[in-house]
Amino acid sequence: MDWTLFIRSILVITEKNMRIYYFKGPVMIFGLLFPLIMFLTFFIGRDLDLILFFPGFLGMMLFFTASSVGPLITPWEKREKTYERLVSLPVILESIVIGDILAGAIFGIGISIIVFTVCALLLPLSITNVLLLVLAFVLGSVTFAALGTLLASPTTDNPSNIMMLSSSVRLPLVFISGIFIPLGQLNGWLFVLTSLSPLTYLVDLFHAALTGDAVYAPWVDMLVLVAVTFLFVGVAKVIQQRNLVKGI
Amino acid sequence: MDAVEATHLRKSFGAITAVDDVSITVPEGGVFGFLGPNGAGKTTTIRMLTGVLIPDSGSVTIFGTDVHKDPLAAKLKMGIIPESGTVYSDLTAVENILLTAKFFGMDRATRNERADEIIDRLGLHERRDDLVRTFSKGMRQRISIACAIVHAPPLLILDEPTTGLDVYSRRLVIDTIRHMNREGSTVLLTTHNIEEANTLCSIISVINRGKIVATGSPERLKGMFDTARYVEVAFEQPVRPDLFTTPGITRAEPWGDKWRVWCDDPDRAVKHLAAIAEQEHLTIVSLATSNPSLEEAFVKLTGGV
Repeated sequence: MDWTLFIRSILVITEKNMRIYYFKGPVMIFGLLFPLIMFLTFFIGRDLDLILFFPGFLGMMLFFTASSVGPLITPWEKREKTYERLVSLPVILESIVIGDILAGAIFGIGISIIVFTVCALLLPLSITNVLLLVLAFVLGSVTFAALGTLLASPTTDNPSNIMMLSSSVRLPLVFISGIFIPLGQLNGWLFVLTSLSPLTYLVDLFHAALTGDAVYAPWVDMLVLVAVTFLFVGVAKVIQQRNLVKGI
Repeated sequence: MDAVEATHLRKSFGAITAVDDVSITVPEGGVFGFLGPNGAGKTTTIRMLTGVLIPDSGSVTIFGTDVHKDPLAAKLKMGIIPESGTVYSDLTAVENILLTAKFFGMDRATRNERADEIIDRLGLHERRDDLVRTFSKGMRQRISIACAIVHAPPLLILDEPTTGLDVYSRRLVIDTIRHMNREGSTVLLTTHNIEEANTLCSIISVINRGKIVATGSPERLKGMFDTARYVEVAFEQPVRPDLFTTPGITRAEPWGDKWRVWCDDPDRAVKHLAAIAEQEHLTIVSLATSNPSLEEAFVKLTGGV
């Protein structure tokens, strides 16, 4: 395979997605407002320690922003009939999957960094490990953008079907990821349950980076996030390949 | 080297066999027509040729490069206008063309120069910076064509390129196909418009129910059905069908305000019609003989009436 062609196809697909789906006023505004709404929903009026729960808030925000638009791209393009044109251009399935993930990851990182910077100015946050923080942003955004691309893969050209699927997968993950109850305070089956969610490991990595108070070793968090990313990409590719065979 | 060589392509969707052992060879330089009725398997075949659909069996090479083994290299040699494929509504006309050009690795200066040239050729200069969502179907199709030819592809594949277009857009599309062919692109187009195939194509393959039923030049296909010659005659007065009953006339049917009379020998039929007119005191308004048309060859080949 010609790697130059392959990388070029990924970059052009990423650019296409950013221009058509992400760099839109409503999407950007939603991306910035969403964390504020989540913050108000979960923290205002409750007796929660903002600093203690900030890593969870950061993880939740990165999770939602990186996986927000990705699930809609492929169904939308199938409905608009632009998907067939895209596939007929010098691209392969892997270019489309990776291009979609990159666009989601860039959006997730961009919005998260803006929100993190604003919060850092308003709250007395401390950073224990800058490198871990950067890695958490990068790995988290890629992992959950990959989840978004996986959610886009089922056979449909109806974005509302994918919206329902996306919500029914993403919302439960928030509640089993140690965001509202610190992992250290969980035990028994609740702890086992949280260990099944990839978001748990991102939140734990943010804890390691910001407070130094993590349950798992950072390398375990990162290893899980990398493994889950490969799993998401692999399954997304298999499903989309099957769709190409079926002609849908 | 042949532009396209597809061998033994098969594709089924559940119990339905859409394409059944189709092999086609498109020589470099010509305009190859892929003709068939709706549902014959044209689009499924084209989608396999362009790497959009994976065949159950068979292989496709584009200028010697296997589409399924090396899709990136093969697709670089093609410009494709899918049947239902459209362009991005949220980009402008020129943005669509420039974005497509990036997939082919064209540098910025070449992209801009080529986009300007094509936009002018396709009569889109005044709308170049408008969002495609504001365009009519004909204009969208022109943008679709612009995207397909931006990199001057050695092979241009068009799936029903003129379906549903107004006369002006249709003429522009056909002129562009001819221009691209003159500039060196091999053209493969599917159509169910027989007139279009007749005037544009140097070779035609007719597909029906997933199988190729004939391949040849339009004249050769017409010649396959030499017995189907007819005479069209219009009388000023109404005539009885039994007047046409004579040896050598195989069938006669009302055809608009005329009669179409199928015969073995048009010369004999014309003489007979003149004799009838004389005998019955009828006035002949018009009389024309016709060789079999591509349409008739198509109807015969695809099992129509």
